[in-house]
Amino acid sequence: MAAVKETIEQVKAIDVDKYKYGFETDIESEKAPRGLNEDTVRFISDKKGEPAWMLEWRLDAYRRWRALKEPTWAKLHYPKIDFENLYYYSAPKGTSGPKSLDEVDPEILKTYAKLGIPLKEQEILAGVRKTGEPSPSDDSPLADGYASMAGRVAVDAVFDSVSVVTTFKKELAKAGVIFCSISEALREHPELVKKYLGSVVPQSDNYYAALNSAVFSDGSFVYIPPGVRCPMELSTYFRINEKDTGQFERTLIIADKGSYVSYLEGCTAPMRDENQLHAAVVELVALEDAEIKYSTVQNWYPGDKDGKGGIYNFVTKRGDCRGDNSKISWTQVETGSAITWKYPSCILRGDNSRGEFYSIAISNGYQQVDSGTKMIHLGRNTTSRIISKGIAAGKSQNTYRGLVSAHRKATGARNFTNCDSLLIGDKCGAHTVPYLEARNSSAQFEHEATTSKISDNMLFYCTQRGLSQEEAIALVVNGFVRDVLQHLPMEFMAETQKLIGISLEGSVG
Amino acid sequence: MLEIKNLHARIADDENGTEILKGINLIVPTGEIHAIMGPNGSGKSTLAYVLAGRDDYEVTSGDILWNGESILEMSPDERAAKGVFLAFQYPMEIPGVATMTFLRAALNSVRKKRGQKEMTTPEFLKFVRAKAAELGVSDDMLKRPLNVGFSGGEKKRMEILQMAVLEPTLCVLDETDSGLDIDAIRIVSEGATKLRSPDRAMLVITHYQRLLNYIVPDKVHVLAKGVIQKTGGKELAMELEKSGYAEFTGKAA
Repeated sequence: MAAVKETIEQVKAIDVDKYKYGFETDIESEKAPRGLNEDTVRFISDKKGEPAWMLEWRLDAYRRWRALKEPTWAKLHYPKIDFENLYYYSAPKGTSGPKSLDEVDPEILKTYAKLGIPLKEQEILAGVRKTGEPSPSDDSPLADGYASMAGRVAVDAVFDSVSVVTTFKKELAKAGVIFCSISEALREHPELVKKYLGSVVPQSDNYYAALNSAVFSDGSFVYIPPGVRCPMELSTYFRINEKDTGQFERTLIIADKGSYVSYLEGCTAPMRDENQLHAAVVELVALEDAEIKYSTVQNWYPGDKDGKGGIYNFVTKRGDCRGDNSKISWTQVETGSAITWKYPSCILRGDNSRGEFYSIAISNGYQQVDSGTKMIHLGRNTTSRIISKGIAAGKSQNTYRGLVSAHRKATGARNFTNCDSLLIGDKCGAHTVPYLEARNSSAQFEHEATTSKISDNMLFYCTQRGLSQEEAIALVVNGFVRDVLQHLPMEFMAETQKLIGISLEGSVG
Repeated sequence: MLEIKNLHARIADDENGTEILKGINLIVPTGEIHAIMGPNGSGKSTLAYVLAGRDDYEVTSGDILWNGESILEMSPDERAAKGVFLAFQYPMEIPGVATMTFLRAALNSVRKKRGQKEMTTPEFLKFVRAKAAELGVSDDMLKRPLNVGFSGGEKKRMEILQMAVLEPTLCVLDETDSGLDIDAIRIVSEGATKLRSPDRAMLVITHYQRLLNYIVPDKVHVLAKGVIQKTGGKELAMELEKSGYAEFTGKAA
């Protein structure tokens, strides 16, 4: 099995406890003064040359944020964040917005190349299989169909607070697809932004969403016109580089009637002793008969083996199945961050709409994960499906927290939930906190949950057959998450299998 | 040649340090099949695990030499690369990992450690399918997750298939006949007998003489109370079938 072999080689290639993306790029940047007040908000809005209504929207969010309290209900423990000591805006000097590739600072291009994300239009993402290469696992039912589609991925590269470049824009424009940074969207398509921004996650939705609404700097904007099937995968690659800087990205994706888009985001950050804050908001809107597939491979710096440093990842992601027969599917692979607080959710407003959540959350070392989803059934005959695979190793804590609710008008609502936890070693914890609320007697909710341990018996069996301890764990874990892996775009399956192996290295003493 | 010299072993975290193996001496020349018979609790499975390198057991004294080299300090995967294979009494289920995937990962891993080239995908598929057909393992079974939902007979056939694929030189079969009906025993033991070779040593552990009608041993050893009590030819198995183990269980106490 090629993937396991690759995993092992990758693991061998780097020392235990070495985060491969932990380098720092030395680049001059322009920052807002430390701390947060109305002037900071004005500074950011001004830097981006935003219309007056946008500034007002931000200030409104800022005032609401001041009135909100930091949530404490999650099973997470960390020292209080000093919001007055952070930088809220940092941009590589000289960038006023995305440009064409030849204008981008070569240092930044080098950074992305080092991360395996070459920002060249003729190339495909590193690690992406070329057509005709053997598939990562021969038994995958998806393998054959995808090989021909693998090829090109349009990338929006966000470096600290700004988008530095977006590729394949012209080609996408031919299909009528808008894919650009949100700053650019505010300039070029203000009517679309105004109509949809905050319509899924309102400014005062929660503490971190309010903070994001006030100071968000950049992120991606996608609009797929009616009836269009987006001709390629879209992706955004987030990179935090500056010290003491929060990254507040905002992504807005709108799939108009009968359209389809598949979108992927990836994230990394340098290794630092201090914790860094990342508070993003992602809003998805699917109109009638539209489908959005949103995949995340989150690999922020998780901190060192003693739990020092790492990203605090407080993210609000929500999709609105606004039209009838619409569908939103979240797939997430969470391997990074010191703390993850994230619940990609679906509001199933349209009749017959469908929400899906597929998650792999891996925690090792001292990582803490509190993640899950909310499926809010409002329309009739709405269905949702939740498959969550949590893997806890080292001294980490891994919590699944989910809500499935059916409004009293949501007749025929159906949900299926499956939460499996796998423990590696005896110093970690796995927790499952499901909430079910059915206000409609015709709702059918199913919930299955299991917790298991990689047993010594299983490892001995595998090692007896010639696999090393690490190979055995990678194999067993890849088997455990298989149901979810299959929902990732084919291009990223092999990469993800590698990442899983790396995340778990050193998990068994 | 397998040489077991005065082997003493106990459960690793047993405070009382009760020995299970109390000085086993055994030689199995390459090319021969030896059977180990004995009552429940005599240390048969412990011997199998200790040979394969399971770390729940601690070897307190003695040595195990395989082709003249001590394997005691080797990890289970290193032993596997040296040709040691254990067919488990209770094979493990590995959810989500297709049997074919598992076989390939294992084969490539041992081939690499043995300094052999990895097989290409078409080579590998051809190789496995041929072996599988001989054992009556269907393509469908090869696609299913390893051992998950397999019947007892299917699991044991899968053990023999893994043995055939990994081409070990020292095969240890731990109660491969347990829980099998007559037909399954026949299929499994025919599979094992096919692997009899001048380059291979086999140690067949069993309670019953029945299995030895199919896998005919060169020698039979009686293991009871942690030591080899008696060694003889294949007729010894027949005697045991009649007289039972009472003679040995009283003796070494």
